[in-house]
Amino acid sequence: MRRTLHALPVVAVGAIVLAIGATDPVAWNEEELAVVRSLSLDELPPLPADPSNRVADDPRAVRLGKAFFFDTRFSSNGQVACATCHQPDRQFQDDRALSLGVGRTNRRAMPIAGMAYSPFLFWDGRKDSLWAQALGPLESAVEHGGDRTQYAHVVSAHHAEAYTEVFGPLPRLDTLPPHAGPVSDPIAAAAWGSMDGADQLAVNDVFANIGKAIAAYERTILPPETRFDAWIASAAFPKPGLLTEDEIAGLRLFIGEAGCINCHNGPLLTDNHFHNTGVPAVAGLPDDRGRVAGSAQVLDDPFNCLGPYSDANPVDCTELRFMAPAGEEMLRAFKTPSLRGVASRSPYMHAGQIETLDQVIVHYSAAQRAPEGLSELRPLNLDETQRRYLGAFLASLDPIQ
Amino acid sequence: MQTHLTRRGLLLGIPFALSASALSAGLFSQTIPDDLDLALRRSTDASLYTVEIAPVDPSVRLGKMHAWTLGLTDKRGRPVESARIAISGGMPQHGHGLPTAPAVTQTLGEGRFLIEGMKFNMRGWWEIDLTIDGPSGTDAITFNFIL
Repeated sequence: MRRTLHALPVVAVGAIVLAIGATDPVAWNEEELAVVRSLSLDELPPLPADPSNRVADDPRAVRLGKAFFFDTRFSSNGQVACATCHQPDRQFQDDRALSLGVGRTNRRAMPIAGMAYSPFLFWDGRKDSLWAQALGPLESAVEHGGDRTQYAHVVSAHHAEAYTEVFGPLPRLDTLPPHAGPVSDPIAAAAWGSMDGADQLAVNDVFANIGKAIAAYERTILPPETRFDAWIASAAFPKPGLLTEDEIAGLRLFIGEAGCINCHNGPLLTDNHFHNTGVPAVAGLPDDRGRVAGSAQVLDDPFNCLGPYSDANPVDCTELRFMAPAGEEMLRAFKTPSLRGVASRSPYMHAGQIETLDQVIVHYSAAQRAPEGLSELRPLNLDETQRRYLGAFLASLDPIQ
Repeated sequence: MQTHLTRRGLLLGIPFALSASALSAGLFSQTIPDDLDLALRRSTDASLYTVEIAPVDPSVRLGKMHAWTLGLTDKRGRPVESARIAISGGMPQHGHGLPTAPAVTQTLGEGRFLIEGMKFNMRGWWEIDLTIDGPSGTDAITFNFIL
C-alpha cells in the first residue's frame, strides 16, 4: 500500500507529461503568444480618421451611402449596384473569379470588411480612400457603365432630400446633358467636353460626394468575430478548445516556419501592402502590372487626398506624400488581402486564378517564378500534413455562425 | 552507372549552389544574426559624421506611419545644421525595401532633423540606410532595427 502511494505522484506527473505531450508538443513562448494575440480582432484599433472625407463619420451620410450602395439606378442598364459584386450576405464579394457588372471585369471583387483601415484601395492600390475607390467602378465601362451627369441626375431625382441634408443644395442640373462624363463612351465623353468648366466642377462635386457617402457606409462594415478570436479570448487559450490541435498546429506554421505572418499580420491579417507572389497571369486578359501601374494612377487621380475634391489639409495626406516610388519590386505586386473569412470565399488571387484554398497553400509552398517581375516567395516545401494544418487554421478565421 | 561530372556541368552548377546557400544562409531565414549592431547612435561609414536616430514615439507599431528624429554631428562633435539626407532601407532577409518613401521634412535646429513617413509592414530585422550630404562631404550609414 505504502509503495503504491509513493508511486502515485510519479504516475500523476507522468500523466501530466503525457497530456502536455499530446496536446501541446512544443509550448508557446511569450513572444509567440504576443504574436498570436496581435492577430486577434480585440487588437483592432479604432477606425482611422479619413481627413479627406468630412462626412466620413456622419450617420446621415452613412444612411445615404447605404441607399446609394444598393441603388441599381447608378448604372447604364439599371441593373448594377455596388451590392451586385459586393454582396452583404457573401462577405461583400461575389464568389466569381472575374466580376460581372454591365460587362466582365479583369479582376476579382475584394471584400469590404475592414477596408477603412487600408491606405490604398483596389488590388493595385490605385485609389487612396474609400470614397475615391467607390468612384472608379461607377465610371468603368464594364462595372456600372454610367457617367457623371447621369449619376447627378439620379441623385437629384431620387435622393435629393437626403443629399441636401448631408452636403447642402445640389447645383442646377436641368440644363446639363443626361449623359456626360470623362468615360470611354464617345457620346458621353463628347457631351462632357462640350460642357463649360464651371458645370463640370459642379458635377464633379456631386460625383465626389456620392463616393463620400458610400465611403461613410463602408466604414461601418467591419469584420465579424471568428472562432479564432473567441479561442484567444477563452480560458483554454493557448490550449486546444475552440481551436483543435490541428488548427493550432496550422497557426504555429502560420506564424513560424511558413512565414505567412510576414504579410498577413495584425488583426486584419494583412499588411495592406503590395507583393509579387508569383501569381500566374490569366490567358486572354490584358497584361496586369499591379502596383507599378496603380502607384502612378493614384498620384494622377484628381480624387486623391491632395486633389481639389479632398477635404484634407495636404499635410494629413501622409500615405500619398510618402508613398514609395514604383520600383521593380512593385511589378506585378498586388495587395495582401485580409484572411478573415478567407476559407469561405473562393476563388483566390486578384483574378481568381486559384480555385481552392488547398491549391493556394500549394502555390505558396512551391513558390513558382513570377510571370513578370520577381516573386518574393521562397520554396517552403510543406508536406501534406503541414498544408492540411494550415488549411485547418485558415478555416478558423471564418465568422462564427 | 557512371556519373558525368564535366567541368562545364560543375561551372554551371556554381551559381545554383551559391543561390541555394544564400537561401539557406538567410534570404528567407527567420533567424536574426546574433552580432547585429543595434545601436542607434553611430559613426558613418567613413567617420565623417555621427548620427543618432530615434522614433518620436518609442513604441513603434507594426503598419503604422510614424516619425523619427535624426541628430547629426561632425567629427568634432559639432551639430550639423544643414545637410541633405536620403533615407532608404528594407528587410535583408526578405529582399524588399521600405513600404514607404520617408523623407526629412523639417530642420529642428541644433543638428536635429525630423524624418516623416516611416512605416514597417512586417516584424523582424529592418535596415535603415542613410546617406548624408553635408559640409564635411558625403557619407553613409546603415542602422539595424528590430520590430
